[in-house]
Amino acid sequence: MRKSILFLSLLVVLSLVLAACQPTPAPEAEKVRITWWHIQTKEEERALWQKLADEYMAAHPNVTIEITWMENEAFKAKMTTVMQSGNPPDLFQSWGGGVMNEYAKAGLLKDITADLDKDGWRDTFSPGALGAYSFQGKNYGVPRDMGMVGFWYNKDLFAQAGIDKPPATWTELLDDVKKLKAAGITPIAVGGKDKWPGAFWWEYLAVRIGGKAAFDAAYSRTGAFTDAPFVEAGKKLQELVALEPFQDGFLGATWGDEATLMGNGKAAMDLMGQWAPGAFADNSVDKKGLGDKAGWFPFPTVEGGAGDPADALGGGNGWTVGKNAPPETVDFLKYISSVDSQREQAKIGLSVPVVKGAEDALADPLLKIVQQGAAAAKYFQLYYDQAMPPAVGSVVNDSVQGLFAGTMTPEQAAQAIEDSAKQEIK
Amino acid sequence: METASASEGVLDSSRQARFPRRVQDNLTIVLFLLPALVLFLVFVVYPILQSLYYSLFNWKGFGPAVDFVGLDNFKRILTDRIFMKAVGNGLLIVVLSLTIQLPLSLALALMVGRDLPGRAFFRTIFFMPYVFSEVITAIMWLFLYNPDPERGFINAVLILIPGVKPQPWLGSPTQVMGCLFVVLTWKYFGLHMLLYMAGLQNIPQEIEEAARIDGANRRQLIKYITLPLLGSTIRTSVYLSVLGSLQVFALVWIMTLGGPVNASEVMATYMYRFGFVRFWLGYGSAVAIVMLLISLAFSVSYQRLVRQPDYLSGM
Repeated sequence: MRKSILFLSLLVVLSLVLAACQPTPAPEAEKVRITWWHIQTKEEERALWQKLADEYMAAHPNVTIEITWMENEAFKAKMTTVMQSGNPPDLFQSWGGGVMNEYAKAGLLKDITADLDKDGWRDTFSPGALGAYSFQGKNYGVPRDMGMVGFWYNKDLFAQAGIDKPPATWTELLDDVKKLKAAGITPIAVGGKDKWPGAFWWEYLAVRIGGKAAFDAAYSRTGAFTDAPFVEAGKKLQELVALEPFQDGFLGATWGDEATLMGNGKAAMDLMGQWAPGAFADNSVDKKGLGDKAGWFPFPTVEGGAGDPADALGGGNGWTVGKNAPPETVDFLKYISSVDSQREQAKIGLSVPVVKGAEDALADPLLKIVQQGAAAAKYFQLYYDQAMPPAVGSVVNDSVQGLFAGTMTPEQAAQAIEDSAKQEIK
Repeated sequence: METASASEGVLDSSRQARFPRRVQDNLTIVLFLLPALVLFLVFVVYPILQSLYYSLFNWKGFGPAVDFVGLDNFKRILTDRIFMKAVGNGLLIVVLSLTIQLPLSLALALMVGRDLPGRAFFRTIFFMPYVFSEVITAIMWLFLYNPDPERGFINAVLILIPGVKPQPWLGSPTQVMGCLFVVLTWKYFGLHMLLYMAGLQNIPQEIEEAARIDGANRRQLIKYITLPLLGSTIRTSVYLSVLGSLQVFALVWIMTLGGPVNASEVMATYMYRFGFVRFWLGYGSAVAIVMLLISLAFSVSYQRLVRQPDYLSGM
């Protein structure tokens, strides 16, 4: 009896050890597997990526492309974990900027500079958009889309409130908000829980009030985020918040809730990037969104501000390549970044193209305006939470949420951001 | 057969000569414990030591930690207003759990455990929320709490009452903790109810019968017989409830992200925000250590303080 127990327990231990050392089956020589993570949840857009992958796999039978798609916030959360484990996917969504720089610094991305220099691949992209995916002179990815943040609005609701033209100045915007409220319409939809939709407001105000000089000074540390323009931006935002222009419970709402309100015609305007029309449609009951009722106008100027009316806050989407990616990944990336692929993306409103010669495929006239606006901007400011290190970007988002909730003063918000910048930007 | 057993006897006695019975027993125990011990060391002790190490660094989570900062992270945690808010919210959940959730569970256990008609049905219903994953629970309640009366069930019902306006629920810094506590209670009262029901099963009928013969009424019965004899179960349930309350994460993170503006921040969401959103893994590790110390301090002092005689031991 005793002996058999001893033997059994030995067996248990042994089997555990054996299970841990089980050999993994050796891969067949030329078979290649590419993992691809994207954040397009809309069916039409997902289908396009799948189609491109299928086409590529048909032409290259040895390559298998495994697509994983996730919702935006879920993707960000998952990326943090896989990056810290040191196992990035081969090809994945990126916004460039501060977060990408952290990954690059840690050696988690593949340097594709040489590939871009070969056969003039580099020259197919608009240089500004491509620049967001380089760090210290090396390229780690390519853009697929570049646009700017602006106001998406519901023309019908504006007409109902007796507003005949979109506001050109901050004061006009505040007036229009009052008119909309008086007409019983929710003036603005915002996803306060996700924070970044609200942060756009403060960032754009800073762009308009301080212009390029203010951000450059603060970011290069010759100035500070406690400088007058950043505090002033908070004060202007407070003026807006005081009018209670947002939907009920906006502090608990996500970007998805925000898009649902807009898509179903329950709110009049939304400060958002180029992906907004697609999301409005996806989140609306009839899956069509605003259609002809949609309009777009740029962020109004602020009286006395140093910024140029053509300055833009924006950014785009792109792809970066993981450090362990097989060489075929870059070839596939070339395939999905071709003019033809970009035209298809533009046609369904998925991307505002960055590959030369694809712009005219944009079917949505509003997206055309966005594309031209972004291309024409003299000062193009990448969203703060992408332009700066993740810790600072996250403090910007948190602090602006405090402004929206009225729990922070403009000075406190600016101070919190400055404290974090002092520590992180060296 | 006989020769075999005889030779085995020889083997046994010879082995006993080398290994006394006690050593052999211990060896068996160690061998049995080994798999669990290995798992415990690898998945519990090692990560704790690792967190302790990283908590002394300013580390972003990529590559080796090099920027040694000593105890600075801990200093910062203990002076951070938001962390204090998180601790406060944790304590609020503890207090509410002990004063509302557990008495509710006990009352239901007394009802369902005894003479309610159709009690098997109610037992199942009450226990069901506990079976759901926290993620499902959180998403389900997100729908219910939606501030838009056309989308959120609670507000849809509320506006049927004349004069009542739809509430922002999770979007309101003052309502959010209450809303979360409702969900936590809904999710976990079933577990505590089950614990109490198991405890009730262990109370011998004879004692109650004797009390009843002595003329004890229903209230006296509960006060003098049921509750004292349920003592050890209650202590266990309080212990689990407090530790669970201090460590709550998934529900809060999914439903509010700790917001609006930190109004529903708890220690675990605070840790996640710094460790995984801001990429301050060193600081996040320090928060984890602080959480561990708080839980450990509670655990040890609770076990010391609440060691009352166990009425049921020996029965």
